[in-house]
Amino acid sequence: MPNVTYISHTGETTTIDVPMGTTVMENAVKNGIEGIVAECGGAMLCATCHVYVDPAFVDKLDPIGEEQDEMLGATAAERKPNSRLSCQIRMKPELEGLIVRMPDRQY
Amino acid sequence: MQPGVVIVGGGQAGLEAAAMLRTQGYEGTVTLICGEPHAPYQRPPLSKEFLTGKQEVDRVFLRTLAYYEKQRIDLILDRRVIEINAGAQLVHLSGGGTVAYAQLILAVGARNRMLPASGAENVLYLRSLDEAVTLKQRIAEARHGVAVIGGGFIGLEVAAAARMAGKTVTVIEAAPRLMARAVSPVLSDFFLDLHRTQGTEVLLNAVAVEVRPDAVILENGCRIAVDLVVAGIGVIPNVELARAAGLEVNDGIMVDEYMRTTDPAIFAIGDCADHPNVFAGGRARLESVQNAVDQARCAVRAILGQPAPYRDVPWFWTDQFDARFQMAGLSGTHDQSVLRGSIEARKFSVFYFKQGRLLAVDSVNRPGDHITARKLLAAGTPLTPEQASDETVDLKKLAAGG
Repeated sequence: MPNVTYISHTGETTTIDVPMGTTVMENAVKNGIEGIVAECGGAMLCATCHVYVDPAFVDKLDPIGEEQDEMLGATAAERKPNSRLSCQIRMKPELEGLIVRMPDRQY
Repeated sequence: MQPGVVIVGGGQAGLEAAAMLRTQGYEGTVTLICGEPHAPYQRPPLSKEFLTGKQEVDRVFLRTLAYYEKQRIDLILDRRVIEINAGAQLVHLSGGGTVAYAQLILAVGARNRMLPASGAENVLYLRSLDEAVTLKQRIAEARHGVAVIGGGFIGLEVAAAARMAGKTVTVIEAAPRLMARAVSPVLSDFFLDLHRTQGTEVLLNAVAVEVRPDAVILENGCRIAVDLVVAGIGVIPNVELARAAGLEVNDGIMVDEYMRTTDPAIFAIGDCADHPNVFAGGRARLESVQNAVDQARCAVRAILGQPAPYRDVPWFWTDQFDARFQMAGLSGTHDQSVLRGSIEARKFSVFYFKQGRLLAVDSVNRPGDHITARKLLAAGTPLTPEQASDETVDLKKLAAGG
């Protein structure tokens, strides 16, 4: 099963299995990884699952849609070019070994 | 073993309280008692992504089972608390057994209001996961038509899902407009138009008096042929346990701004809590994920000796067809409203004011406005109706303090 590594803003690292088709957000939340809040449960309306995607994987992500773009403009921590909402990162083979870093705050 | 925190109810509020206790370093025992046979799950997708087939059922669960074990959260499934002994500080479970508590959190939620019509045993409702699974199957099997009684959030989400599944759908609403309890006439009209454009028959000022296996009979004598009737006509807070324990109860279980009931060892949170709400300008009882989660955090802070009053901005959302509708604040008492964006383009927000002060913002397909509105409301940032309706004014900048 593909794995994803989550790195907190203090450097704490957790690697978990993420089944194909599920999102980086939901696996973090379900496993109690702190730093991803996801108040809305993945409906893309709270911008509290913001992550910075490791540069090696940015090109493999799906394009940012209009809605995500608008939400990323409203994140609590600074938006960077590799900012994404983790509820919109769905696991696929190219993302095997994905690394995401969590910002210092989500709201 | 020393009694710790016992949480009654495995909905979003109960789960959040348990999780927050652990993330905040609480070392005592945490017991989460769930009346359903399932571990805590999200309710919002049941009437949205799950019902429309965008999301599989196993994705609604809030945590893995391993999480509870790792976090030492004692999950008790399929058992109800049948009595609270407040004097002895313990709860009695259905099927026998007791659990002692130092603090008790009632996250007991609400139940569906039953349709007061004859033949109501033929009616389906939607609140639980099991009900959602049944409803989804029954919608798929419906051949003649689906009637939805109640044009509120749940009713309209169900109606949209059934219509998207290609069914003939009739919405029967007793009030003169849709979602009348929660939204302004502008939004009611927008959604009426949306559902009708999508081919749903929407009947307003219509009351169902009889439900037969093959039809719904209205007060005016009309007969609507259907093979599935769903009702979403509101909920009743579960206050009986609290009342029997001697706690003060009104519209819900009465709590102060720290979620404390009239018994200092007992808290109530979420759908069941009648609480002071600064955005309502008085007491309120809200049925939403936001309210559940933020009240859970509030109660936990109080239990851990760091009380901070409940002051969170209310927000809600509903998805119907391609319209994502998000609400921030409570618009009920507004005396002025202005539009930002275009209703025809289906991308707009309505800003509500009372005596010139921003009260609430309803956004359709404008998620950026919604997030910004929550920030403006939380900070109490002054905003004039002129600024709100002027698209050249950068609200994000205003919210950021610039």
